[in-house]
Amino acid sequence: MTNIKGRFGIHGGQYIPETLMNAVIELQEAYDHYKNDPEFNKELSDLFNEYANRPSRLYYAKKMTEDLGGAKIYLKREDLNHTGAHKVNNVLGQALLAKKMGKTRLIAETGAGQHGVATATAAALFGMECVVFMGEEDTKRQALNVYRMRLLGATVIPVTSGTATLKDAVSEAMREWTKRISDTHYCLGSVMGPHPFPTIVRDFQSVISKEIKEQMLQKEGRLPDAVLACVGGGSNAIGSFYHFIDDKDVALIGCEAAGRGIDTFETAATMNTGKIGIFHGMKSYFCQDEYGQIAPVYSISAGLDYPGVGPEHAYLHDIGRAQYVPVTDEEAVNAFEYLSRTEGIIPAIESSHAVAHAMKIAPEMSKDKIIVITISGRGDKDCAAIARYRGEDIHE
Amino acid sequence: MSNISKAFANGKAFIPFITCGDPDTDTTYRAVLEAVAKGADLIELGIPFSDPTAEGPVIQSANVRALSGGITTDDVFALVEKLREDVTIPLVFMTYANVVFSYGPDRFMQRCAGVGIDGIIIPDIPYEEKEEFEPYCKACGVDLISMIAPTSEGRIKEIASQASGFIYLVSSLGVTGERTSFASGLEEIVNTIREVTDVPCAIGFGISNPDQAKAMADISDGAIVGSAIIKILASDGRDAPEKIGEFVKSMKDAIRA
Repeated sequence: MTNIKGRFGIHGGQYIPETLMNAVIELQEAYDHYKNDPEFNKELSDLFNEYANRPSRLYYAKKMTEDLGGAKIYLKREDLNHTGAHKVNNVLGQALLAKKMGKTRLIAETGAGQHGVATATAAALFGMECVVFMGEEDTKRQALNVYRMRLLGATVIPVTSGTATLKDAVSEAMREWTKRISDTHYCLGSVMGPHPFPTIVRDFQSVISKEIKEQMLQKEGRLPDAVLACVGGGSNAIGSFYHFIDDKDVALIGCEAAGRGIDTFETAATMNTGKIGIFHGMKSYFCQDEYGQIAPVYSISAGLDYPGVGPEHAYLHDIGRAQYVPVTDEEAVNAFEYLSRTEGIIPAIESSHAVAHAMKIAPEMSKDKIIVITISGRGDKDCAAIARYRGEDIHE
Repeated sequence: MSNISKAFANGKAFIPFITCGDPDTDTTYRAVLEAVAKGADLIELGIPFSDPTAEGPVIQSANVRALSGGITTDDVFALVEKLREDVTIPLVFMTYANVVFSYGPDRFMQRCAGVGIDGIIIPDIPYEEKEEFEPYCKACGVDLISMIAPTSEGRIKEIASQASGFIYLVSSLGVTGERTSFASGLEEIVNTIREVTDVPCAIGFGISNPDQAKAMADISDGAIVGSAIIKILASDGRDAPEKIGEFVKSMKDAIRA
């Protein structure tokens, strides 16, 4: 689906400073070599299984199914991975690749902190130096994850430029990479940025849909009718969709963060409110004003609080293969509480966006239909913020 | 022949960078006139962008100040139109891909040609992506300035052979902003460039004083200075133009010494 310049339809590309061009070319060449290397793949697969606790469970959410009274609901439990989210899949792959390339230092951006924690974890495991850029606003929203990263030996640098959130953390990580390339790999956390990142990250995350397919065939003897996942940059969503793209009967639904609503300025629903642009190394959809200034987006979820979306999602949107729906803060918080009470599973506020949309569509579907919701991460990190949203101030 | 060649016709060129609208368009207007009066050979005008990923903190702040002042791309074109009543030296824009893309590249380049812009520098359009805008640039006679970095290595000749206007050689790794040392091997890069093209080559990123400007201009065709000028705007605001003029004079005197 990608050509040599990493295009997905018109999207993707390599819109980066000349200083970084040889670095991404080197990365692409290394990846092209190692992705077909049996030894690399065995090492990665061992790390997935022995270290990250893969395969993750495909759990039949019986109580939720009965309560909603419609489609049968399965949860893909990426929250049960080591480090508590899907981010570890990509990070183990990239860290292993970086090590093979002779890099000794990992840098990363993080929003909610899950990717930063995963990168710090891999760096600890592989004995690499690690620096994580995190919007200052997010270091406050996700203080526990900041502590975890430091505990794992990483340096966390709060980013104060711009809106001090995920987009600024990405910008700062890109700036840092231009300063120091020879020993440093930029471990990008989502299916975004310049080629080859959207392809590399997708490939490492596609283990999610590979497992869903196998597990679903084993449990139900057929494919699901719909797969739902939350979309910020879109890594858990593309991972959940990838092996179903050619199965046209499987609906692919990405759930965007609408913040306070897509009719307000306080939203991060890129497909629903953005237009095509060029930013952070890629052509894709971005929230922006009429002069192309990137919009200061908002979502209660630090992980979805990003003004763009990965180029492969933009392409799946253009060709109508996947559908992208907005979910508000309020709906996501309700879903966060609902899944906790109904199934005893506290989902990340990011993943709660997908749960919320499932709560809307499942009752409308007949009982012989099956939907899969990817629970991309666990919600412990969000408890203080959700309590605050409900007007309760708790101290961790 | 590109109009930009005029800037390099009489010896080493001094190229100041100014962010348009920092803190307002009148200040930019006066700063450009001062710089021209004191010997600038070409001026690089920044069109502000919300998220300038190739800039260090100093120019990032200039973008923030300019955008909070409300400047738009259309205001920048109007400013250049007004400057062109008095300014004849080459003028180039420096901005980011999304500013051009969202305006519509054809419409953007037509406006450039209409107001008298000679070239454009877009740091997030590398050689591989220049097809995005270059056809529109060529149609309007606007040079898309090629950038070459210390990391370009095997890419240098291919980039240089297709360059027009001038070549922007990045002095060192990293983003814009003052530094005390530059990449080694810049002279070799310039020599490699000269093997394949006569297009002039100016060095920028991190040059902040007359000694550095002279050293960089000595090995190339000119020096580009941004952050050091933006610092004057940051500290003196609307009173900056006169000081910018003095600074330009000191730099120009040094590189022609």
